[in-house]
Amino acid sequence: MSAVPIASPHAHGGAGVSRIMAKVMLALAPATLYGFWLYGWPAIYLWIVTVLAALLGEATCLRLADQPARPVLLDGSALLTGWLLALSLPPWAPWWLGAVGGLFATIVAKQVFGGLGQNLFNPAMVARVALLISFPVPMTAWVAPLPLTAAGAPGLFDGLLVTLGSATQLDAVSSASLLGHAKAELSRGVDLLHSLGGHPLSLAGYRPGSLGETAGLLIAAGGIAMIVMGVISWHIPAAMLAGIALPAAIGHAVDPARYLDATTHIFSGGALLGAFFIATDYVTSPNTRAGQLLFGLGCGLLTYVIRTWGGYPEGVAFAVLLMNALAPAIDRLLKPRIYGRNRKGAPLPS
Amino acid sequence: MGLMEKIFGAGWGIHPADRKRPAADIPLRRIATPSHLYVPLQQHIGAPARPVVLVGQKVAKGQLLAEAQGATSAAIHAPRSGTIVSVGDITAPHASGLPVAGIAIEWDGEDRWHEPDDLPADPFALAPEDIGRRVAAAGIVGLGGAAFPSALKLNLGKRSGIHTLILNGGECEPYLSCDDRLMRDFARETVEGIRLMLHATGAREALVGIEDNKPEAIAAMTAAAAPFGEVQVRPVPARYPMGSEKHLFSTLTGKEVPADGRTTDLGVLVHNVGTAYAVQQAIRLGRPLVERIVTLNGGAWHAPGNCVVPVGMLVADIVTAVGLKQDPARLIMGGPMMGTQLPGTFVPVVKGTSGLLALTADEAAAGEAQPCIRCSSCVRACPVGLLPLEMAARIRTDDYAGAVDLGLKDCIACGCCAWVCPAHIPLVQYFGHAKGELAARDRAKLRTDATKRLVAARAERLEREAKEKAEAAARRKAERAAQKAAEAAAAAATADRTTEES
Repeated sequence: MSAVPIASPHAHGGAGVSRIMAKVMLALAPATLYGFWLYGWPAIYLWIVTVLAALLGEATCLRLADQPARPVLLDGSALLTGWLLALSLPPWAPWWLGAVGGLFATIVAKQVFGGLGQNLFNPAMVARVALLISFPVPMTAWVAPLPLTAAGAPGLFDGLLVTLGSATQLDAVSSASLLGHAKAELSRGVDLLHSLGGHPLSLAGYRPGSLGETAGLLIAAGGIAMIVMGVISWHIPAAMLAGIALPAAIGHAVDPARYLDATTHIFSGGALLGAFFIATDYVTSPNTRAGQLLFGLGCGLLTYVIRTWGGYPEGVAFAVLLMNALAPAIDRLLKPRIYGRNRKGAPLPS
Repeated sequence: MGLMEKIFGAGWGIHPADRKRPAADIPLRRIATPSHLYVPLQQHIGAPARPVVLVGQKVAKGQLLAEAQGATSAAIHAPRSGTIVSVGDITAPHASGLPVAGIAIEWDGEDRWHEPDDLPADPFALAPEDIGRRVAAAGIVGLGGAAFPSALKLNLGKRSGIHTLILNGGECEPYLSCDDRLMRDFARETVEGIRLMLHATGAREALVGIEDNKPEAIAAMTAAAAPFGEVQVRPVPARYPMGSEKHLFSTLTGKEVPADGRTTDLGVLVHNVGTAYAVQQAIRLGRPLVERIVTLNGGAWHAPGNCVVPVGMLVADIVTAVGLKQDPARLIMGGPMMGTQLPGTFVPVVKGTSGLLALTADEAAAGEAQPCIRCSSCVRACPVGLLPLEMAARIRTDDYAGAVDLGLKDCIACGCCAWVCPAHIPLVQYFGHAKGELAARDRAKLRTDATKRLVAARAERLEREAKEKAEAAARRKAERAAQKAAEAAAAAATADRTTEES
């Protein structure tokens, strides 16, 4: 019998941090595996490099802080950060992009703030935006899908060459993402009715894009699985998707030649990945359900605004980071009402 | 739950596995009385009782050992007949293991009740105040856990216009089934106790709230209450902490108790069902509160179940009588959510002891604390609507004022937040620490203020005395001067006369 007094409660519901992380990874696996299949060995190598870099960054910082690294690495959060970052990178990006991004995510965006639970911004998105601003060319070098099983797909060794940046035939398969293509054509004065002919929307995800963002249906299935498992609630994803879909539907109804339709918006870029896996990050989103609705709606609206009128074709990362900055303010604004008190905290009249 | 609540997620509390069965279904046992009983003088909120017996004196079961002293206190009676062997210190049933004043009795092997002298022929013919007086004399305290002297609450009735009595049969803590057992086995007596409480308070109706995971208790109480329209059994959803006074009140009435008030402000008095039974025993049979049903549960007990245990029986003696399968990882008095870990087994059962849990390592939650991942599970679990994660973050940096701003003082320490926390953060420990720290600061502030007042008073007194001294000196000086002048004048006059005469 323990001699040290332990405070109540003497029972626990059984939830655990690493168990939560494991569920998120499980939900992320189908879309990731699809991405591996769709883009072949280079994508697999890039994922490995990014994840390892994220873990290395975390371990280094913990070592510098004289903290035991093992238990923290085992909580799965750094792995998940690297994983999400990898999914947001162009699948054939060179290894150093993943390495720099992974290190940046866990060192600058997470450990510098104080480690797990202390960071204001989503580490994966901070790293993605840092890479996008620093290395715009490799960060927008999309490739047409070339499944692992297809003839001409780079094998185990050729794939490694692609990731190491020494492959020569990259140009042969380069392509543009749908949003990028639409934005480029619009800026050339070609309206959407003409420009999108060669870019059919693939709900299954057979199209150019980031490593893990194209398989919309698989991402949504993973997200819904997380909601069912109780890892996340529906509030942020639903609000974020509504924040994208509503203005898109209105814009498209007004001028289909200038504004993409809602389905295209939802299934393009990182909208679904962002709504289910990025914006729902516990650390950087609000505490209350009401706050989460507001937060998700803001993420969605900002995404639409950036995509439609901003300089970048894709806006999820920026939108999430901007709303991350607002999350503490939302938490201050939308506190739960305390029993026996009104919203302002004064006792109810008896 | 309304639509808005569903959308914004305002449901409160948690749904822990109740683990009440099979212990709850095992028939009530009487436990063999041990050779010695150790009865603490303070088993209630308020001042300890004052002993009225001497060492060596023989006492009967139910005889007064110590009388209530002060406005808030409760009498203590002999749980068994025997000889007083000591009046001194015994170990408190508290995690600190500190000594408290108590009376030790050596049992004489008999089961002889102290003869009550004025049993009423019809208890319902008694004056309401008389019921309150008899409840006080029987040493009855709230048996739901807080152990507040019951008579004080009953006497409130007439004064504050109580119209409804709520009987708390929620028993929302996992593992515990003492109230369940009581309602199943003593439904008739409990209902009579409720009716006596109605009579004492002048309330018109009584609502008995019982969680719906106790269908047998609901059936027994419904049957027992059937002839009496004023006593209604109201099943409530099983949800922790349904047994919290304010939450049961809100569930049954749909109203909310103001943060600075009590249910009595809204005309409702809440008592535990066990208290109603004790009232019936005291009024009908003249028997004071000297024993109670205690749930023995947890994987380490040989035979879990409910036992009638005399107040003052050592946990060690219960362990000997019932037997442990293994050394428990934790021994807890009360429920697993709010109970106290016992420092050892040399502690007595008291009036407020609802259960003794001997938990195995698997049952006791002993996860290593990790950093908060801000999952906000605690925010959703909190039945009061607090932000446990934010309060803990403030307390971690000694920002107690910040924690109070977030509602620390509204925390009821139910433990829902720590129960759901995936990072195993001991949130209740944080809040308990902060509440203690704040109380210490308040005391220190009172002391400082008192010292300041004394210093100021002293300075003022010294100043006044100096001024008075100076004034007195000036007065004396003036008097002396006047006297001198008068003398001089007299001398001069004499001289003049002499001159004139000469």
